[in-house]
Amino acid sequence: MSTQIVKPVSGPGTADSPAAPGAAPGPLARLGRALRPGPEPGANGAALYRRWWLPWLWTAPAVVCAAVFGVFPFLNTMLLSFTNAKPLGGAAGFVGFSNYTRMFGDSDFWLATRNSLLYALIVVPLMVLLPLLLAVLVEKKLPGIGFFRSAFYTPVLASSVVVGLSWQWLLADQGLVNTWLEKAHVIKEAIPFLSDSWLILLSAMGLTLWKGLGWYMVFYLAALGNVPQELHEAASMDGAGAVRRFWHITVPGVKQAMMLVGTLTGIGSLRVFTEVYMLGGPTGGPGGADRTLPFYIRDVGLDPITGNAGYGSAVSVALFVMTLGLTLLAQRLTKEDES
Amino acid sequence: MTTLTTTVARRPRWRDYGRPRELVVRYLLLLFVLAITVGPLIWQFLASLKGVNEDVFGRNASLLPHHPTLRAYREVFGQVPVDTYITNSLIVVVLSVTSQLLFSTTAGYMLSKPAWKGRRAVWVLLIASMMFPFESIMVSLFLSIHDLGLVDNLVGVWLPGFVGAINVMLMRGAFLAVPREIEDSAMLDGAGEWQRFRYLYLPSAWGAIMVVTINTFISAWDDFLWPLIVLRSDSHFTLTLGLARLQSSSFGYDQRVVMAGSVISVVPVLVLFAITQRWFYRGVASGAVKF
Repeated sequence: MSTQIVKPVSGPGTADSPAAPGAAPGPLARLGRALRPGPEPGANGAALYRRWWLPWLWTAPAVVCAAVFGVFPFLNTMLLSFTNAKPLGGAAGFVGFSNYTRMFGDSDFWLATRNSLLYALIVVPLMVLLPLLLAVLVEKKLPGIGFFRSAFYTPVLASSVVVGLSWQWLLADQGLVNTWLEKAHVIKEAIPFLSDSWLILLSAMGLTLWKGLGWYMVFYLAALGNVPQELHEAASMDGAGAVRRFWHITVPGVKQAMMLVGTLTGIGSLRVFTEVYMLGGPTGGPGGADRTLPFYIRDVGLDPITGNAGYGSAVSVALFVMTLGLTLLAQRLTKEDES
Repeated sequence: MTTLTTTVARRPRWRDYGRPRELVVRYLLLLFVLAITVGPLIWQFLASLKGVNEDVFGRNASLLPHHPTLRAYREVFGQVPVDTYITNSLIVVVLSVTSQLLFSTTAGYMLSKPAWKGRRAVWVLLIASMMFPFESIMVSLFLSIHDLGLVDNLVGVWLPGFVGAINVMLMRGAFLAVPREIEDSAMLDGAGEWQRFRYLYLPSAWGAIMVVTINTFISAWDDFLWPLIVLRSDSHFTLTLGLARLQSSSFGYDQRVVMAGSVISVVPVLVLFAITQRWFYRGVASGAVKF
């Protein structure tokens, strides 16, 4: 409660300098005032009455969390990537670039990279387009539309594990999808969704899309609000059909949002783990063939017995570089688009 | 009555929503998407109500349970350690929500104030901390948690995310919307820093507080990768870990019970979302503009 009786630090009207009122403060007083952490220009009355350390005290937890669990781990990861540290501690030696040379010759690393990049390549365009179509569908205020909007959002709320379990049951050899396809005589034998490495990867992508649909739908709904309705009306007066209006009015109107969704889902694709774990099992597909980069980092870096935190860190740096590259690419595309 | 309808706004008729054919197509599409998005979850719920004698899979499995029973739910709370998993998840959630709310509001408040020494540095640090995807720093994070002796400990699951930069920024945005004049007049009335924060700023940022709460709740409740790395023993597992373990470790396990467990895991989030929905959509919308 001491904060309530804070005295002015150097507010107007306080006996700040020994000089008489009205007289210009002497050089010593001016120096003293400059050194004192007083209010800066633009401060309102409150700032005058705040002790200099008070903002630091109030922001301290956030600062500590950002520094200790945000920035430091990254710097530490860079450092670790040049060592052979073990995940459960012990002496770590400096090994130079050998983790990186090992990485470039590691076929499993390239497989994980391929899986992650493929993931982004397939998921991003679909995730940019499908939720937009969905948003257009639910944009119009119809009776019961609120129910549909909320219902489409439920997969977002369910955890990846729950939806993963759900899909696992749907896609199993005896699961709903295969049973129905067999009953409809579309297929004779069950499609091996959960045992063929390619089908596992594709199913995981489907799961990612399915779970993200509602989230980006809401995102696009906000963006669609900024597209002037008059344009649509004028265009349909001129005889433009729904498809043409979508491409020539809606898409240009939400282009910025599409760029953002593309960036976010691109980064998200590089971070995929749970979907592959749930559909491909703890090994990440047969023989680890479906492992994504985070999956591989966990396998090589954090296994309590065989793990090598140094090597895991090198792969982590590679993952970060890819994320950064994607972000920069998206920024550049956005800039080019604007000019 | 006929004279009244001309003056009173009448209820919209179906015709007002568009041509009948377009309407039919729209609703068919909506129902189709509904079946795809909620269908699997509904199916999961229906299957969890089936008795032991009814097939969940295969050609003979029906969609609806013929003799609905809550046996699987009793099982979940009886024999399976799912109640332990739920308790563990709740511990992490309560810790996370408490710390996030407490610290994101105080930090957001100070960052919404102009001109104090170091504000810029704090801001840059927060932005920087958001640049690194969790997956690219998790090795180092685990080493830190290991050094702190928090492996296989729920505190270790909670600690790295005890306050998130994104939530600080969300709170700051909400506090910035409070007019400066109101604060000045509150100050003239003798309200100290804490009083202004508590009685002026917090109540006016109610929406953002709800968004932080539900975001934190969902991410803590649904998190999988980090608990999977930190936790080792079954008795410390969170619900997501436990469900994945039940499903993969012993395949002969009663699927209906796992389904019941996953239904239980979805319900609290759905309830919370239903309550806070109003603020949530607004939060997503405003977040889209600001960040």
